[in-house]
Parts: sequence; structure tokens; C-alpha cells
Amino acid sequence: MKDKICVIIGASHAGVNLAFSLRKEGWEGEIHLFDGDPVLPYHRPPLSKAYLTSDDAIEQNALKAKSTYENERINLHLGVIVTAIDKNQKVVSLENGESQKYDSLVIATGASPIIPSIPGIDTATNLYPLRTAKDVLNIKKAIHNSTTKRAVVIGAGYIGLETAASLKKLGATVTVLEREERILQRVTSPVMSDFFQKLHTEHDVAIFTSKNVVEIKATANTNTVICSDNTSYEADLIIIGVGVRVNSQLASSIGAEIENGIKVDQTTATSIKDVYAIGDCSFHHNPRYDRYIRLESVQNAVDQAKVTARTICGKDTIYDTIPWFWSDQYDIKLQMVGLSQGHDEIIVRHEEGEATKFSVWYFKGDELLAVDGINNAKAYVIGTKFIKSKSLVDKSKLRNSTEVLKPANLLIK
Amino acid sequence: MAKVTFITTDNEKITLEASSGSIMELAVQNGVKGIDGDCGGVCSCATCHVHVNENDFEKVGEPSEIEADMLELEDEVSEYSRLCCQIKVSDAIDGITLKVVEE
Repeated sequence: MKDKICVIIGASHAGVNLAFSLRKEGWEGEIHLFDGDPVLPYHRPPLSKAYLTSDDAIEQNALKAKSTYENERINLHLGVIVTAIDKNQKVVSLENGESQKYDSLVIATGASPIIPSIPGIDTATNLYPLRTAKDVLNIKKAIHNSTTKRAVVIGAGYIGLETAASLKKLGATVTVLEREERILQRVTSPVMSDFFQKLHTEHDVAIFTSKNVVEIKATANTNTVICSDNTSYEADLIIIGVGVRVNSQLASSIGAEIENGIKVDQTTATSIKDVYAIGDCSFHHNPRYDRYIRLESVQNAVDQAKVTARTICGKDTIYDTIPWFWSDQYDIKLQMVGLSQGHDEIIVRHEEGEATKFSVWYFKGDELLAVDGINNAKAYVIGTKFIKSKSLVDKSKLRNSTEVLKPANLLIK
Repeated sequence: MAKVTFITTDNEKITLEASSGSIMELAVQNGVKGIDGDCGGVCSCATCHVHVNENDFEKVGEPSEIEADMLELEDEVSEYSRLCCQIKVSDAIDGITLKVVEE
């Protein structure tokens, strides 16, 4: 195994964790990790939160220290873009004209923010998505250099809302424009959408739904964002948070099967021999929910990386985890576990005497599918346990806030 | 400046020094096995679980409510469990020993 080479394209959560997991699983061969981003790989979740609102250097958000790559003999090639894969010769070509052979190839290319084709978007002033450390530096600079600090966030998903909360903290006047009828429509239930809409409103962030942006007009240092209902908003800074497109070009160029992402089997292998795909770009089967999904989360990136490492090292394994996510906005911590899609009943549980602590439990018949905890880690960990063990929950006890939240109280015996 | 000693599951003893940041960051920056800090230090993932040496627990203190809740159903939770992303490095914790829970 010493003379084998593993090449990883993409050095974010998935790629970096894979490199280290390979060593943990006993891989003795070479590891080459490529990424077009020149910055030492960093945690992405803080980008819209602590990193945006503080003066922390990006190094403080590093996934691993530089020296640990050296200690584990991981060749980190930063600022180097992989331009092509030759699956027959098993070699990747690099933008700098060089090439690298591989025995196993892992595509961890993630996804890129969608920049919608709105007239004027190309000439807008201070318009950024939020995906990379550089995006955040641009956003910080724009907000610090502006005296009026009017920010318009297009898209009320998690990135948009987290960024809105952070910009507010930085002293901006923030407006969020969402095309759908409610915020977070694609990702959560109306209960949660209502909660977050109120939360932002209380923090003086203006949220407007059913707003379709049709034009952006740039003037000297500012912009006018125009919607289809003829309303318009002045913006010194525009954040685009309308979702992502999977970076599947390399995979598709070698004929790998693509659906909503790069299709992989339970071991994270693509349809092409010795080529794997993990993280945001992978379209994979979840055994617990028995369907194909694509997830944009740290959990998915890290856990798939572990499975790929074991697979490449010749160990039996399948990817079988319950998805979990989190989002921090203002002093609210949202923790989600499971996939709520397909639910036919929602139980909202409040905790006695606690205004901003509750949980939302999603059922399909008797089966618990997912739990969202708001400032309620206990609901989240109990939910995780119940979903894993497919426990039957006593719904009337769950609804009853005087019943203490603990597993023994909630199970049907 | 504080000295912190980690004991990993394979009984390796690593003593590190820092003056700021969290214990999790210190461990990750130095590649201490079993401390991953996947969520970046916001008490969301429970991949930085340690058992504080009994005699040092007073220096470190009790977990917050959310941290205690995250720990409650963890395997190998003990009365000395902490998520070390929630422990700030300071002079007050100088000399503590932490047992890493995960491999």
C-alpha cells in the first residue's frame, strides 16, 4: 500500500477530513490534496457568524494547523486548480501545467453560490455571495467603508439569515428579500419560518417575502434593488444567498453518473472505478430514510470522509448516519436532527416557563422523523437517540410541557 | 499562560501551552488525537469530549446548560465530562489534566 497514491480534489471539510481519516485508517501511501482557494483550509460555518462579526484572522478558523498536514505527510496544494481527469491513465491535470497520478481519486469539490441572472447584477456595486473567506473579507470591507451601511440580503435561507443577523451586529440597516411566500421555505416547516421571521423582525431586520428581484441599478457607490411589484430598496451592500450549484463538472467530464449531485453508492464510490465523491457535491442514499439525498452540511462532509477513508483502505463500511445541522442567529441556537420531509404531523413542545426554548417534532404516523431544537440541546439529543433507535414516542406526554423532557418520560413502554 | 495535559485513548501524554483561545483549539492545532472540533467550537457537535481530572474539575468548572444537555446522552459521559471547546484557556486552568474520550 506504500506506493499507492490518493488524490483529493477540494480541501474543505470533506477533503481535509478525508486526508486525516486516511492516516487514521492506516493508509501509508501518498496523499495529495488540491484546492483552488489559497487560504489554509478553514471552517465554513463561522464565515457568516463569528468570522464576519469579529476581527479574527482566518487562521483562527483553520480546520487543522499547517504543521499537522506535514506531520501526517499530507501534501497540501493550495491555490492549485485541477482542470481535468484522465480516468484511463488515472491522472489529473493541473492549471499550472503539471499533472498528478492517482490510484484512488476523491472528488470533494463542493458547490458554488448561484448568482441569478438578474439584469444589472454584473455591474452592481459591492455584491457578494458568502461561501469563502475572501467573500467575507469583501463584505467586511464594504460595510466598514460605507457610512450609510444599508445592506440588502437576497434570499432568506440559513446563509442569508445568519448573514443578516451578523450585519445587524456590525451596525448595518438590513433588509432581506425572499422570493418564496415564507422564509426558509426550502429547508424547514412553517413553524420554524414564523419563529425566525419574528426573531429577525424583533432585531429590526426588515424581512419581505414574495419579493422577486428583477433588476439591480448601480449608481456611484450604491445600488437600487428593484422587485417585480415595483418596490425598490437602496443597498450599499448586496448579499446573494439563493442557494448553490454542485461543482460536478470534473465528475461529469469523465462520465460519472450525475443527478442532483454526483451519484455515489453506500461506500461513496461514483459510477467510475476508483473515483469517489463526498460532501456537498455527493448525491447519496440514506438508509434510515431510504431515499437519495444531497446535503449541504459539515456533518455530511465529515462522516462521508470517514466512510471513504475506510473504503479506500479496504475496510467494509457503509454511510449510514442521521443527518444533523445547526444554525446560530443572535442568541438563538437552532439544532436539527433527521429529515422532516414526508411528515404528516408536527408537535411543538414548549418548556415550562421558558419563552425562547422549544422544540418541533416531526412524525410520519408513529415514526419520529426529525426534531428541531431552539435553544434546546436536550430535545436535540433525545431526538437523535429516538430517531436512531426508532423508538415510539408518547405524543401526549411530548405535548405536555409539565412532563420533564427526558427519554424515560417520553417512551411508550 | 497555562499548561494543559491531554491523555489520549492510547495513553499518550501531551502537555501543551497556550495563553488564549479554547482547549479544543489548542488540541486541534497540535493534532491531539480524539479531539476533532467539527463544528468549529460552538457546542454543536460533541466531538471534543474530555474527562477532566477529578482534582482539576474545580478549576475548570461546571458545563453550561446547553453543554450539559449535549453531553447527557453521550457514551462514556461522567460527572467530570466537558466539551473542551467551551473551556477557555486562562491562568486559572494552569496545570490541568484532561482525558480524551474518543479514539
